[in-house]
Amino acid sequence: MSKQETMDQQKKNQNAASVEFDGVTKVYGKSVRAVDNISMKVEAGTLVTLLGPSGCGKTTTLRMIAGLEMATQGRILIGDRDVTTLPATQRDVSMVFQSYALFPHMSVLENVSYGLKYSGHAKKEVRELAHDGLNLVGLKGYGDRLPSELSGGQQQRVAVARALVLEPQVLLFDEPLSNLDAKLRRRVREEIREIQTNLGLTVVYVTHDQEEALAVSDRIIVMNNAVIAQDGAPRDLYDAPNNTFVADFIGEANIFECEIDKIFKDEAYITLGDMQLILPDRGLKAGPASLAVRPNRIILAPAGVPGSLKGHLKKVTYVGNHLEYFIELEKSDIFAVSSDVNAIYKSGDDVSVSFAASGPVLLPE
Amino acid sequence: MRPAKKSTRRSFVFWLLAGWVAYFLVPWYGIEDGFFSLEWLSADYLWDSDYAPAFFLLLMGEKWWLAPLLPALALPLLCLRFEHSDPRYAKFLILAGAGGFAYLIAQGFTIGLQGWQVGWMESLFGPLGDRQFGMGYGALIVASAFLFLFTEGIAARGAVNGDVFVVGSIGLVITIVGIFVFFPIVQMLINAFIDQDGSYSLVVFLSKFADRNLWGLGCLDGTRSCGAAWNSLFLAVLVGALTTVLGLVFALVVTRTDFKQKQWLRALTVLPVITPPFVIGLAIILLFGLSGTVNVFIAELFGQQPTRWVYGLPGVLFAQVLAFTPIAFLVLIGVVEGVSPSMEEAAQTLRANRLQTFWTVTLPLMRPGLANAFLLGFIESMADFGNPLVLGGNFDVLSTEIFFAIVGAQYDQGRAAVLALVLLAFTLGAFWAQRFWLGKKSYTTMTGKGDSGMHPKLPKVLAYPVYSVAAIWTLFTIVIYAMIVFGSFVELWGVNNTLTFKHYLTAFSVKFAENGVLWTGSAWDSFWTTIQIAAISAPLTAAIGLVTAYLLVRQNFAGKNMFEFGTMLSFAIPGTVIGVSYILAFNVPPIELTGTGIILVVSFIFRNMPVGVRAGIASMSQIDKSLDESSLTLGANSWQTFIRVILPLLRPAILAALVYSFVRAMTAISAVIFLVSAEYNMATSYIIGRVENNDYGLAIAYSTTLIVVMLIVVGLMQLIVGKRVLSRRSDPVPVPA
Repeated sequence: MSKQETMDQQKKNQNAASVEFDGVTKVYGKSVRAVDNISMKVEAGTLVTLLGPSGCGKTTTLRMIAGLEMATQGRILIGDRDVTTLPATQRDVSMVFQSYALFPHMSVLENVSYGLKYSGHAKKEVRELAHDGLNLVGLKGYGDRLPSELSGGQQQRVAVARALVLEPQVLLFDEPLSNLDAKLRRRVREEIREIQTNLGLTVVYVTHDQEEALAVSDRIIVMNNAVIAQDGAPRDLYDAPNNTFVADFIGEANIFECEIDKIFKDEAYITLGDMQLILPDRGLKAGPASLAVRPNRIILAPAGVPGSLKGHLKKVTYVGNHLEYFIELEKSDIFAVSSDVNAIYKSGDDVSVSFAASGPVLLPE
Repeated sequence: MRPAKKSTRRSFVFWLLAGWVAYFLVPWYGIEDGFFSLEWLSADYLWDSDYAPAFFLLLMGEKWWLAPLLPALALPLLCLRFEHSDPRYAKFLILAGAGGFAYLIAQGFTIGLQGWQVGWMESLFGPLGDRQFGMGYGALIVASAFLFLFTEGIAARGAVNGDVFVVGSIGLVITIVGIFVFFPIVQMLINAFIDQDGSYSLVVFLSKFADRNLWGLGCLDGTRSCGAAWNSLFLAVLVGALTTVLGLVFALVVTRTDFKQKQWLRALTVLPVITPPFVIGLAIILLFGLSGTVNVFIAELFGQQPTRWVYGLPGVLFAQVLAFTPIAFLVLIGVVEGVSPSMEEAAQTLRANRLQTFWTVTLPLMRPGLANAFLLGFIESMADFGNPLVLGGNFDVLSTEIFFAIVGAQYDQGRAAVLALVLLAFTLGAFWAQRFWLGKKSYTTMTGKGDSGMHPKLPKVLAYPVYSVAAIWTLFTIVIYAMIVFGSFVELWGVNNTLTFKHYLTAFSVKFAENGVLWTGSAWDSFWTTIQIAAISAPLTAAIGLVTAYLLVRQNFAGKNMFEFGTMLSFAIPGTVIGVSYILAFNVPPIELTGTGIILVVSFIFRNMPVGVRAGIASMSQIDKSLDESSLTLGANSWQTFIRVILPLLRPAILAALVYSFVRAMTAISAVIFLVSAEYNMATSYIIGRVENNDYGLAIAYSTTLIVVMLIVVGLMQLIVGKRVLSRRSDPVPVPA
């Protein structure tokens, strides 16, 4: 991080800190490994998403950052401080819960003031900060209501304001949008992102929705079966997934079994049916390999084009802004989309299948 | 920015300081006139052997065995220099705390009023030539300091996420339950194996256990009555089931119907619990006894001689169900209110009608409450001794058998201990069965999302039976109480039915003299004592009960099951046994409490604590854990979370615990009758004394007064604690009188 950037962040939030996991393992009971030897780092002032299917260990990871679960092994650092054994109270971290966990017996303002009271602020200051927090999430004037008197979206904002006003080192979100409707979800996620960038917060965000993850994150950590499947910028994960799981979980992907004939100058020379491809080798050796192609990078042409795959259209679906094709190949079925909605192919047609130039990518694992 | 937490440090310094101050400045041994008389506080109390603190006793060359406590107090001073995370910090605290505490206990039991308590120590070291009395406040504070320094050390090592409050609470509860529940019981059980000569014998135990009076089945073929064990079990199951059903009926009427006079119903159902149990027994005799009003009337109607049918199972069952239904009601009302309306609304949108919703969602969600209510009724019935005493006839139950084994001509402590064992086995069996029934299902219904639904009304099919049962029961309660009030104004029941105020005048007359009010009535002494003891013990009971419930529901720690078992144990022990075991355990040093008010307070706390625990558990398991967690991540520690988040949501449970423990302290008789002294006489034992002198008028008048006083207190408490406001759409329930 350059000096200039560091200074910028100090203007925004002096408190935002990095989070680092060093070989962290969480075992429940005797043998259930919820998180298995994870190492990762979340830079200060960035929004990092933990993405994965349910049961992959992402929520456990989040709760270990919060101090609600204690790591069985390994070290957890927030900023430069080792917090591995510190309970939640003593960590400078706050969290927005999936259920919001608003205290039902306190008014909205009392909910937002709650954490401030334990942070050594004077009474007047607590009030001001809490009001500022409510303004920030657009709930000015709602302070005297009870949580039960708010809509789901408003309750969610209160939960965000309550965590935000503490200016924590790290702000945690546990599937914060899962109880909202689709439109609201899009709006709130943009708001969260905006607040995060404006204030320069460190945010760790858990979700199982890949679109949400791609939209808000600086970096995404994809988890599967208690380990990290891949860690990278949204674009990298989408364009260059490391393995079948990531390729399929983030966006959809068609996986092709292919053969690498030779490697020359970091490029792989590949045979796939009648097709010849030259792609970055991504560290692979000659031999059988897997190739991932996004549905929108598949190009259809009338049957008989040389150097392409022979396909048979099983189904064509019109979904408004694009067309969906289900294509039967010799070895497998694939799925393609085309934004050209003036269909020239009908189901039952034979077609030639090829890939757009930046389309296919080798999967290293 | 969140400031660095100093709280862990603060409590450590506090307890260290307390230990030093107590060792150097507070009288070490118990003071005859009571610590708070402050009679000891003169200029030279430090050098008075009776009042001196430990350090000055040593300077005077007395009680040399208190010297080893000094290094144990000094060791933690080193920890002031260490960081919290330094392993030596934890190590030294654990060493000093555990060592000091263990030594304090050990010296207490080895050295008593006659010097060495243990034979082989006398032969090893020779006669001691000194002695020690019951421990006082100095010893108490030093012991607490050691205990909390120890838990501080345990927490610093990372137990329970390093939470000082939680570890300290666990330590405290374990210690006091150990001293005031297990220690007396062990003393008591040792007696089960002691024969006439004072030596231990298994044969004696077995012969007492196999007694036909205990296990006989004579009632099945009609030859003679059954054993007390079978009688108790049968009665307790009936009482548990009936009180649960009736309690549920009342809870449903109050929360799920359009019934307008809810506050009166609430007040009515609380009446029996504020009544000393034997009073209901007396009223039932006035109605159904040999010369009882109803009994005589019906017998004359059919031209027959009135019979003694009410004495035995019917009378006792009747009285106990009357007495314990309100307990079930108090437990169930919180549970019925706590069932999340959205669950029921969800069921209705899934095409279940009201009745189906009730059977498939509402009732199953109330399972923890129902199980608790049954368990309470069962145990209460097992432990109740007032009603079987008055109405039992030939129907022997365990609790009265225990009483007669100790008070009666037999004076057989061993037999009492054996009977207590059987009683314990039954209640523990019920406890285990309850756990089994509840299983591992989750009953969490109150989530962190504000719940804005409304409870559905009771389905019509259920509403009518529920209404009629409630109406009949209410009518009956009114009649019983009318009898009691009426009886208090009657010269002599059944003989001379003229109305008079004389009983009230004897008990509660007041004279206004020049130098203030003169309380000339004969009952004032015991009355004020009772109020005082009840007022001290109620908040303590509620506090300990709810903290224990919090630990059980919200925290995970090694030995939690044992912990729960221990805290519930005192409830399974009938009052008579508590009374006797307390006398055996606390009549001699190191803990000498008999004859003080403290022993009454303590006995009430541990006898009534399980109600607070049960009520707390039932309500707390309906509050979603994410509420605590969010409080923790917002920077509150677990103590602040407990105070700010859990307690406010637990108001119904707090009310139940407060009311119940206060009222029980005022109406309890079984334990009290062993523990009262001339200075600390309680209302109930005074009344029983009047009953024994056949002074029924005064007894009933005093009871009526107690009932009125408790009604006022209950009303006040309800006003103070109030009702939790969580949802705008729930219909406003007026605060009951």
